[in-house]
Amino acid sequence: MWNYSKMLQYPINIKQRDPKLARWIISQYGGPDGELGASLRYLSQRFGMPDQKSKALLNDIGTEELGHLEMVGALVNQLTKDLSIEEIEKAGLQPYYTDHGVDVYPVSAAGVPFTAAYIAAKGDPVANLQEDLAAEQKARATYEKLIDLSKDNPDVVDVLRFLRQREVVHFQRFGEALRGVQDLLMEKRCFSMNNINK
Amino acid sequence: MFNTCVVNDKCESNLSKKELLGKVQSLAFTINELALYLDTHPKDDKALALHKQYAKQYRNAYEEYQRKYGPLSIFCPCNSWRWIASPWPWEGGMK
Repeated sequence: MWNYSKMLQYPINIKQRDPKLARWIISQYGGPDGELGASLRYLSQRFGMPDQKSKALLNDIGTEELGHLEMVGALVNQLTKDLSIEEIEKAGLQPYYTDHGVDVYPVSAAGVPFTAAYIAAKGDPVANLQEDLAAEQKARATYEKLIDLSKDNPDVVDVLRFLRQREVVHFQRFGEALRGVQDLLMEKRCFSMNNINK
Repeated sequence: MFNTCVVNDKCESNLSKKELLGKVQSLAFTINELALYLDTHPKDDKALALHKQYAKQYRNAYEEYQRKYGPLSIFCPCNSWRWIASPWPWEGGMK
């Protein structure tokens, strides 16, 4: 089970609201390479892993991604605090505002609602871990694009840099888990027939 | 790295609310990072010793924060239900 700690993994105090930035950053909440997909992907795949190391890693990274989901939600929430209708219009937020107000809803930057089709659980530990490695790289690349778009808001860049760095660490750990699984699958297996007459 | 207690693990710090929460967060981050590393390197004694050291500091800082400033989880025993009194972390409650 999970227990909630009343703190973020990394503090977020955005001083300058920016509803336009929230439009792009929400992609890391419910977009194709976002934190909701990441947590669901790892927490679903962990059940089928063949060794203790990769079960533990998927469990623990999946848990950390839930914390990142909360952080991205906090970013969006703080960037859209107390907006006037004029500010919503100026930022081009009307389509989102129509359906969701300024609630945090899992969609991509292009407004596509979250779908489980963003993740895979293939029934094959090597295929799953390869997908996880790609997912971490895609998330890192997305954070870099968001950093480019957030260059005028240093508070936001600081948080995005933290989240980007976590993707790099997770990629490293998944690589180690994949090597472990591949070594396990390459091991010679002995089948004993000694007890056939017992 | 942190404003860690140098006298012993139990001593009270004189950190402000914000500083103490920052310490809890920093220690939680360090432990998480060591845990991921230990998941794929379970026999690394150096990492294990660091995990042990920081886990102790974390427990003490966490308990000190709760004692002074209120619950960080629903497992903290309270005389009144203070869980809903403090701001939520996404509200910029880390100020």
